Amino acid sequence: MVNYVIKRVLLAILTIFVIATLVFVLSRAIPGGPFDRERPLPPTVIENLNRKYGLDQPLFNQYLLFMRNVAVLDFGISYHLLGDETVNELIARTFPVSCLVGVWAFALAVLCGIPFGIISALMENRPPDVFFKIMTTLFISIPSFVVAALLQYTLAVRLGWLPVAMWGSWKQVVMPVIALSAGPLATITRFTRASMREVLDSDYIRTARAKGASSFTVTYVHALRNALLPIVTVAGPMFISIIGGSLVIERIFALPGLGWRLVQAITGRDYSVIMGLTIFYAILLIAILLVVDLLYAFIDPRIKISQGSRSSEGGD
Amino acid sequence: MEEQQNLSFRRVPQEERKTDTILRPPSTYLKDSLYNLSKNPLGMIGTTVIIFMILFAIFGPIVLPYSYDQQNLRNNFQPPSAEHWMGTDNLGRDMTVRIAYGARISLQVGFTASLLSLTIGIFYGAISGFIGGNTDLVMMRFVEIISSVPQILYIILLSQVMPKGEITNIIYVIGLTGWMQTARVVRGDVFSLKTREYVLAARVSGVSNFGIISKHLIPNAIGPIIVSLTMSVPGAIFNEAALRFIGAVGTTIPSWGDLARDGMGAIRSSPHLTIYPSLFISVTILAFTLLSDALQQAFDPKKR
Repeated sequence: MVNYVIKRVLLAILTIFVIATLVFVLSRAIPGGPFDRERPLPPTVIENLNRKYGLDQPLFNQYLLFMRNVAVLDFGISYHLLGDETVNELIARTFPVSCLVGVWAFALAVLCGIPFGIISALMENRPPDVFFKIMTTLFISIPSFVVAALLQYTLAVRLGWLPVAMWGSWKQVVMPVIALSAGPLATITRFTRASMREVLDSDYIRTARAKGASSFTVTYVHALRNALLPIVTVAGPMFISIIGGSLVIERIFALPGLGWRLVQAITGRDYSVIMGLTIFYAILLIAILLVVDLLYAFIDPRIKISQGSRSSEGGD
Repeated sequence: MEEQQNLSFRRVPQEERKTDTILRPPSTYLKDSLYNLSKNPLGMIGTTVIIFMILFAIFGPIVLPYSYDQQNLRNNFQPPSAEHWMGTDNLGRDMTVRIAYGARISLQVGFTASLLSLTIGIFYGAISGFIGGNTDLVMMRFVEIISSVPQILYIILLSQVMPKGEITNIIYVIGLTGWMQTARVVRGDVFSLKTREYVLAARVSGVSNFGIISKHLIPNAIGPIIVSLTMSVPGAIFNEAALRFIGAVGTTIPSWGDLARDGMGAIRSSPHLTIYPSLFISVTILAFTLLSDALQQAFDPKKR
């Protein structure tokens, strides 16, 4: 177990290193510099600014400096913006917004998706199952920004129940959360249904039935517990999709969160913010994936974690 | 007893012998699968919608009496009417023809970007699965590493590296960042296919490694490959639209994502400007989802 954890942690660090390098290369390849203005600044000013931010150094030195900063989780300061807000302060200011919306979206997807999936599996091919099938197909097909637009039009513009956008009260959280959770909700419903069906058709369930266990015991004691295990594995990809979706959703609802700041930084070529936020995202996701992996290995006794990671063996 | 034996071993008359011959030409895997697909109503609905969208994209701009930039300021923000089926926008441009032009861009990006990512994914996965061992371990670890960051993040980053205003750049950006899933699927298939006898036979008769991969392994993994194509087309269409929607890229001719975003500003007074483009995006993605579900069933030997 200890070996397994050490191995996973080392791999996670390697992953962050590779992503940091990728991000560094990409952000330096963006044409134009951070101090380009419509009215060009005087060359001496640009020179001074470059010196202040270390941009006059050779690229390799910049890379080393950047890596050292990543290692101590210091992402420098934003090139733009008023004042000297550091990227860390920026994250501290905007992350709670994204986190709140993301966690609610995740909770909504899990709390609705699992029961929907179970109902769907227990009532195979009957009206509720058909209904959930149609619902999940629609949720997977309709892009999150279209869901957002539809919500804004119906709930905010037509019915006037909720404010269209911005941040401040709980009312402004509702629509972003629904728009973000639609896709993951559909994924988790489908996955739960498939997992539950597989367990219900398995031999030990037939044995339990043959031994005279009541249908309630079979479903909720034997089947459900085993069917829920694999669902832990979709938690990682779900977080990735929620974070990816937040880049688009935060912009639509004008939420002062991390995602929107990142999009702004990219179009404004604010290197340190781009790199800082991307790596923050990467660390966050990799930490989540690591926890999910360890959790799964911990709760599922069939995985022999002492023998190494699951992913290194053949076939998916 | 003797009578019975005589009964069970009687001479077969001439006409009964014919029942033994194979009356139809043998069917191939691909033919079988396509036949299965044609029996799936949802899959056929998806196919019909996709064909309709392609025809609309090709012939819409030719047949309709407007062009995408033809303004008529006296006739702006018109709701749908007999003259303008989907209304007009803030500059009085006909929405139907703009959506048809948008279909050209969205479908073009959808198909070419997924073909690009499919090609990369197929070869990456095939090489990784075929060589196996430590190469496979490193190559798959790399896939795992880069897929731990959301694709849209790479797309936004890359779209800033590429010069703006060209549709080919959007295709490259989406194609270069979306091949990981295909690589995983193909690798898994090649991993199990490479131990089959026909691969051994090919090797014995002196076929090169590249020949084995491209002539034997990839054609035999064609089912999952086609399924992952139909799965990645809607993904590419979605990403293109999302990229436009947040305003990270732009071209002179608007795509569906641009139209939906432009309409958002006037959602209160003229909701049709947002609803129609969004509808086209969603219906197209839905059609591809239905088709890919149907193909998945059609190609699965267990589901026959």
